Order: sequence, then C-alpha cells, then structure tokens
Amino acid sequence: MDYHEEKERLIREKKNWQEKVNKTLEKRPERKEFKLDSDLELKRVYDPLDMENFNYLEQLHWPGEYPYTRGIQPTMYRGRLWTMRQYAGFGSAEETNDRFRYLLEEGQTGLSVAFDLPTQIGYDSDHPLARGEVGKVGVAIDSLADMEILMDKIPLDQVSTSMTINAPAAVLLAMYMAVAEKQGIPMEKLNGTIQNDILKEYVARGTYIFPPRESMRLVVDIFDYAGKNIPNWNTISISGYHIREAGSTAIQEVAFTLSNAIAYVQAALDAGLEIDHFAPRLSFFFNAHSNFFEEVAKYRAARRIWARIMKERFGAQNPRSMMLRFHTQTAGSALTAQQPDVNIVRVAFQALSAVLGGTQSLHTNSRDEALALPTEHSVLLALRTQQVIGHEIGVTDTVDPLGGSYFVENMTDHIEEEVLKYIDRVDEIGGAVEAIENGFIQQEIQSSAYRYQKEVEEQKRIVVGVNSFKTSGEQPIDLLKMDPATSKRQVERLKEVRLSRDQGQVASALHDLRKAAQSDENLMPYILSAVKAYATLGEVCGALRDVLGEYQQEVKL
Amino acid sequence: MSEQPLRVLVGKIGLDGHDRGAKVIAQALRDAGMEVIYTGLRQTPEQIVETALQEDVQVIGLSILSGAHMQLLPPVLEMLREQESHDIMVIVGGIIPREDITYLKEQGVSEVFTPGSTTEDIIEFIRQKVKQNR
Repeated sequence: MDYHEEKERLIREKKNWQEKVNKTLEKRPERKEFKLDSDLELKRVYDPLDMENFNYLEQLHWPGEYPYTRGIQPTMYRGRLWTMRQYAGFGSAEETNDRFRYLLEEGQTGLSVAFDLPTQIGYDSDHPLARGEVGKVGVAIDSLADMEILMDKIPLDQVSTSMTINAPAAVLLAMYMAVAEKQGIPMEKLNGTIQNDILKEYVARGTYIFPPRESMRLVVDIFDYAGKNIPNWNTISISGYHIREAGSTAIQEVAFTLSNAIAYVQAALDAGLEIDHFAPRLSFFFNAHSNFFEEVAKYRAARRIWARIMKERFGAQNPRSMMLRFHTQTAGSALTAQQPDVNIVRVAFQALSAVLGGTQSLHTNSRDEALALPTEHSVLLALRTQQVIGHEIGVTDTVDPLGGSYFVENMTDHIEEEVLKYIDRVDEIGGAVEAIENGFIQQEIQSSAYRYQKEVEEQKRIVVGVNSFKTSGEQPIDLLKMDPATSKRQVERLKEVRLSRDQGQVASALHDLRKAAQSDENLMPYILSAVKAYATLGEVCGALRDVLGEYQQEVKL
Repeated sequence: MSEQPLRVLVGKIGLDGHDRGAKVIAQALRDAGMEVIYTGLRQTPEQIVETALQEDVQVIGLSILSGAHMQLLPPVLEMLREQESHDIMVIVGGIIPREDITYLKEQGVSEVFTPGSTTEDIIEFIRQKVKQNR
C-alpha cells in the first residue's frame, strides 16, 4: 500500500472514530480542558497524522548523534547510570563533611555543596549583613581553612564535586584547587562543576554581587583559565532550575536558560576565546516539575535546540560543543508543607521524568524541605528513590524509551518552536544581558508565577493536600535542628585565621588583585594567590566590589 | 464614601533571594486595592523599619525562607516599639517551624503564613485585623 492510500485510510478511520467519540461526549462530557503547564491545549489523542512532518534523521537520529534529541551518549544508562548527587550543606565545614562522607558511604556518586548566603554573596561570617544567616541554607566558607575541613578525607581525584556558587565562583574554585594541590592531586584529575551562572541570579535567585556586565567578565575569565589549567572542570552550569522555581513555565525555563547560554558564549567569543575550546565544558541545570510528559519533552527539546544553536549559529565543529549535558533537580516549589510524606511520591515521578529525559546527574528533593532543611533519614529516602529508578524498574534498559511516541514527539516539537520564538524576542531586545537590564525576563517570569498561584487558588490546578484532599489534625514530623553555636564557632575560626596568617602576603595579594581588576587581565591567578595566602572570601570579594561596583536591584511589579 | 486604601510594605529581609512569594503577594494585595511598597531583596531590619515609617504604612509583610527569622524579625518589632509605632501590624511569610511561630507571635508578629497559604487568606486577615484596630 502506498503512502497516500495509507493516509486516506487513516483519515477515514479517524472520522469514524471521531463520530463514536462525539456520542460518548454527549453521554459523558470530559472532566475539564486539558492543558500543558505552558498553556498549550492538548489533543484528546495523538496519532500518525500528527507525525506528517516528522523526519527521524533530522529531528531525532540515534542516541549520541546530532542533534542529540535521544541523548548525548550512544548507550546512555546501559553504560553508566546518571550521577546521583544530593545537594547538601549546613552549619560548619565539619558538619557538612560528615554529611558528605555519610552520603558517599550510602552509594552517592558525586558531591554537591550548598553554601550559606553570606558565602554566596561574598561576605565573611562576621559581616553585619551576615546576621542570622551563617550556616543556615548551606555551609559557611570564609577562607581556605574552611575548605580544607570541608573536603577532609575526601579523595578529590575520585569524586566529582558540584558547587552552587555564582558571584564568587572564582574564589571558591580557587579554594578547591588549593586544597587539591595540598592533597597532591594534579589539576587534570579534578572533576566537578561550579554553577557560575550569574545571569539567572538577577532574574531568579538573587545572590548577585557585581553588575551584570562586570560579572560577565569574571565568567569569561574562568572559562579561559579553567580551559588551560583544569581541563575536566565544568566551568558553568547554566541554570533553568531557579528560573522555573521563580515561577516560569517549562518553555520559559528552557528559553531563558538558552538565552543566557547564548550570552555567555557570545561574551567568550568577544573576548577572543575559541568556540570549541570552551564550549565542551559548558553544562546545564534543569528543573523536574510535575507535568510528566511536558518535562520529558522539555529535556529532549532543549538538547536539540542547543545542538543546532551551537552548530548553526556559532559554527562549532567539535560534537562535544553541541551536546547539552545537564543536571536535574526535582522541583522544590512543588513540595508541600501539608502531608509531607506525599512529597516522596511527587519526587519519584519528577525524578523519573528527568531519567526518561536523559539527565546526566540528579538531585531528588527530600519530603521535609517545605518545612526545613532535610533530616538524614529524609535525604536517604530521596537517594533510595533514585536507586529504585536506576536499578529496579527497568526504565534504564533501553535508550530514550519514549522516543517515537506520537505525543512526546509532538510536545518536543511544540516546545522547540515556542522556545525559539522566545529566544528571537530576547535577541531582538539585544540579548540576555539587555533583557535582564530592562526587566523583560523578570516580568515574564513574574506574570507566570502569579497565574500559577491564581490557578491553585481557583482550583484550576489541583495540589493534593493543599487545595484538595486535605487531612485534618496532621501530626508534625521530626525536623532537622540547627546547632545555634555554629555561627559563634565559625566567627571564632575566622578570627584565628586572620591572626595566624602572613599579613604582608595577604595585603600584597589583595593589592595585586585590585590592580588586575582595573586592567583587563585574567583575574583567576590573582584570586588563587590571595586565597592561598588565606585572604578571606569577604576580603577578596571586597577588593572586587571596590573596583567592579555593586548591582542595585530594580523591581517592577 | 470611599475609605483610604490600606498601605502595606512588602519586604524581603536578610540575604534570602527567594522572592517569588513576596512578589505574588505584593501583586495580589495591589489587585485587592491596597497600596503596596515593595522593598526588593536584602533589607536589614533597620531599613525595613525606616521605610515603613517613611511610607506611613499600616502593615508590614516580611518574607523570609532562609532560616534567619529568629535573628532578623525580633529587631524589627523592637524598633517599632521604640518608635512607638507598634500599631503597625507585622505579618510574616516563609518557611518557619511551628515552635518558632509561637515565639514570634509572643514578640508581636500578628500572623505567620507558611507554604500553602492563599493570597485570599492573607488579604482577608489584613482587612479584618486592621478593622479591629481602628
């Protein structure tokens, strides 16, 4: 039978089916309108007629082949599972070191460091603005002395370490390198990632220090320096995660992440870097939210779009430059404080979507995180969830098992199309930096966040335990308690460090850093010298603040 | 006769950058007819009180998810008392453990709204409470 006959038959049969559907609808109307989180109205069912323009080699190809829709690797999880990487950090370096070693013993395969807010914003623990914040949402790192304790007895050549650090990324990377050097580990053996994605801080996460353009210079300095000195380090993790947490849709998450990525690539090219030199070390970070198939399609679409951008827009030739490698975290904003055990179920489904979408590493949230930092028991359950997905339920046995699904391929195409429209709009504004400075991206995210909240309040969106299926008389669960003495101990250690170091060496290193910041020299070597002399994070960032200035947020509601 | 609209300061106190909730609340209060002054991120207790007095607000809504609430909120209430402005109602939103809520209320916080609270609840609470205080 030829193609046209086949198609006509399909259309005929579909018509018959449609008549039956109409009769069913008369008797039993559907429950509601069905929409994606990104507002697309869904068809009742997808079929071969929706695949008319589908071209396997163009849109999918095999795993490990351009445009990598089915995965960046030919064998994917049949070769090696994703890295199970739980984000952790609280209190002092000692406490966090304990938690890291516990997680490694329980089969976790990579580390992920959470820093407290003063560290993320470049203040020492005794700075007035650090009041109440020391060791709260992560570990406090004031100087190399803290980093030495944080990584104590952890073989840095055998783990990969991801650090969620942005504005002072260069400083924390320098500390990590200095510790590795002391452990006698050659730089090419270091594996890990710094988040170093400053642009999303202005729109979503809030831990900026310097103004956007000055910050871009630091990012590019790191690309350049790391490319030459720590070749296996991921120099950036371009993050949609926080954009989604701030309330964006799935489409906005991908669109603004890739717009930011384009800005970084362009800045590096403008500084004279070679595309295939730095692009293979770019990595990404996405959110796993609750709309299952939309999320799977999102990851697949993101890979395809990025491959094409790198090849067609930037002329990359190295396939590694075109491969979008990403970490995923399940959606913190989808966790509920009500009936927290139900979060275990949510997280499992979200994590499954990331695995079916081909993630390279994964953090699963713990059930109690809408209430406090997670207890050890909750974190263990979250890690076990990944292990069940990886080892028990068979979803890793074949690559991209949803590939070819009428629905998933249509969603993948739809997301791609909508993302490209957004990227065009950002390009028209003049790129991501401009679109942040003029507030476009912030306002797009804000209005999606507001719409989401309204939908929950109007019961258009069901959240189990929150606006439906509530339980009365819930029993409180045990939560992690922070040691109130941590902050005091941290400040004491900071004072000791300041007293015991060679002051002349610190002063001259900071002086040199200031001077370099005024020129266009790469700042990494200067930061490294300062850190090795036990200059504190606050001192290094202070020197840079003096020269680069500070960002002042403007909010349009 | 139309009443003067309520004036509300919505602020992010401390270094916490999670402003999704604060912005949603600010927008919802505004849609409900209130005048909203939104401070943006990284406000100290001193800055919050200063802005509240300057802007002559009746309500201060503070959002904090970083866990620094026990250190940062009591100074706000204390300064308001010192300024004899304790008629300004302080409400709080964020991730605040149960036992801390009890303490914060003793210190003078009128209500703490934890995850899952609706904008509707908050608007209603403000209206009722301000009416009672009049």
